[in-house]
Amino acid sequence: MNNIKTLTALALTALAAGSALAQKSAADGIAEYRAMLADGNPAELYEAKGEDLWKQKRGPKNASLEQCDLGKGPGVVKGAFVELPRYFADTKKVQDLESRLVTCMETLQGFNGAEIAKTPFGRGEQANVTALATWIAAESRGMKFNLPNNHVAEKTMYEVGKRLFFMRSGPHDFSCASCHGEDGKRIRLQDLPNLTKNPGDAIGFAAWPAYRVSNGQMWGMQLRLNDCYRQQRFPYPHFGSDATIALGMYMGVNAKGAESIAPAIKR
Amino acid sequence: MKKQMKYIAPALLAALLAGCAMVPSGPELDKLTADIVKASFRDQGIAKVDRLELDDANRECMNADVAGKPMDEKLAKSIEEANFKTIKWPSDGKFLGDWKQGEQIAQSGRGMTWTDSANTVNGGNCYNCHQISKEEISFGTLGPSLYNYGKMRGVSNPDAPESKAIIEYTWGKIWNSRAYNACSQMPRAGHKGILNEQQVKHIMALLLDPKSPVNQ
Repeated sequence: MNNIKTLTALALTALAAGSALAQKSAADGIAEYRAMLADGNPAELYEAKGEDLWKQKRGPKNASLEQCDLGKGPGVVKGAFVELPRYFADTKKVQDLESRLVTCMETLQGFNGAEIAKTPFGRGEQANVTALATWIAAESRGMKFNLPNNHVAEKTMYEVGKRLFFMRSGPHDFSCASCHGEDGKRIRLQDLPNLTKNPGDAIGFAAWPAYRVSNGQMWGMQLRLNDCYRQQRFPYPHFGSDATIALGMYMGVNAKGAESIAPAIKR
Repeated sequence: MKKQMKYIAPALLAALLAGCAMVPSGPELDKLTADIVKASFRDQGIAKVDRLELDDANRECMNADVAGKPMDEKLAKSIEEANFKTIKWPSDGKFLGDWKQGEQIAQSGRGMTWTDSANTVNGGNCYNCHQISKEEISFGTLGPSLYNYGKMRGVSNPDAPESKAIIEYTWGKIWNSRAYNACSQMPRAGHKGILNEQQVKHIMALLLDPKSPVNQ
């Protein structure tokens, strides 16, 4: 951890020095900072924890998650991440990685799924869901997004997600598209991916779960969307709610062909 | 009509579950989206679910964005007219406050999230999207640069009659941006209660006071 602090301090110094130069240097500085950190991404710790949790016998049924079907058949982990969200016949629902994990924790291990969904991010079983998602994402590192998007429920959720993406609301009239609807835009110095299409490899949907250096937390896509909605001044989206799944479907399908680097590292 | 609509969504969902339906039509998708929104959010702190109710401007702009084409010109005009009517002009007739306080408001992105309290002093979020003063290099690019805003528009004396039109337009734009562009992405700072009259005056000064760093 000390190592990270030192790196952060170094990077900040580099950024401060860069600010005397043109804007582009700041972006370069941030890229350098990320490159420096990527060598020692703390997400690795969560990956290891997630792998353990997958194999460990836990919960009221004292069972592991090794028979969990993430869409490619029971126990198939590699490649599952880049095909989610997708439709699951057993739950008759389109699910993303995190909501699917909760289903498996309920059916295989006997946990109470509704309780997990209500648990705040970073606590109890919710922290375990994040670790599991981190490991499962890592198992598809370098693969390209390719959601099936065949089932009528998937296509419907994509269309709903598109509507949610453009829904302006709250006191500031913000939609997802306010920030993520055009190429080459920034908030302050932060580059914004255009999520109405494939934003490119390792960007947007292809970068989460990610370790956030600024707060030292591991964030899954559910928390990423939750914080987007917080900043949009919207009310609170339920964990795994259809709105979040539909948005995942929209971004995931749009990201077709984008290479996943998840778990990434972010400022 | 309302009663009928109510039953479409459950029927639709049931059909989807059977896995043999076609992707629903546009209006059905709109209804399904509204139902999903209703079921997906809850109150948290000061951010209540009533924030999800769409006014005409937001609903029509959303529809146009989803369709991927600009809305009908007549409709756009009527939205602009309705929003223009909401503009509250300064109660004492003074448009400009203090640019120094304006700079602080422009810098602040605080307020109105579920982690803010009701007492949080709201910021204007201006630098998130606009270049404003030359000194601040950490600015966003979602909106146009406002550097030299007053100077470029020839405002050397904000009280002079020839400045009146641009002063009024700027006030109106900050108060309710949709009065001039139906689907502007800029928040309606006055109309939606993000900034109060005094704060809008300070932002006005930042943009239009010849002494403001913006106009150097």
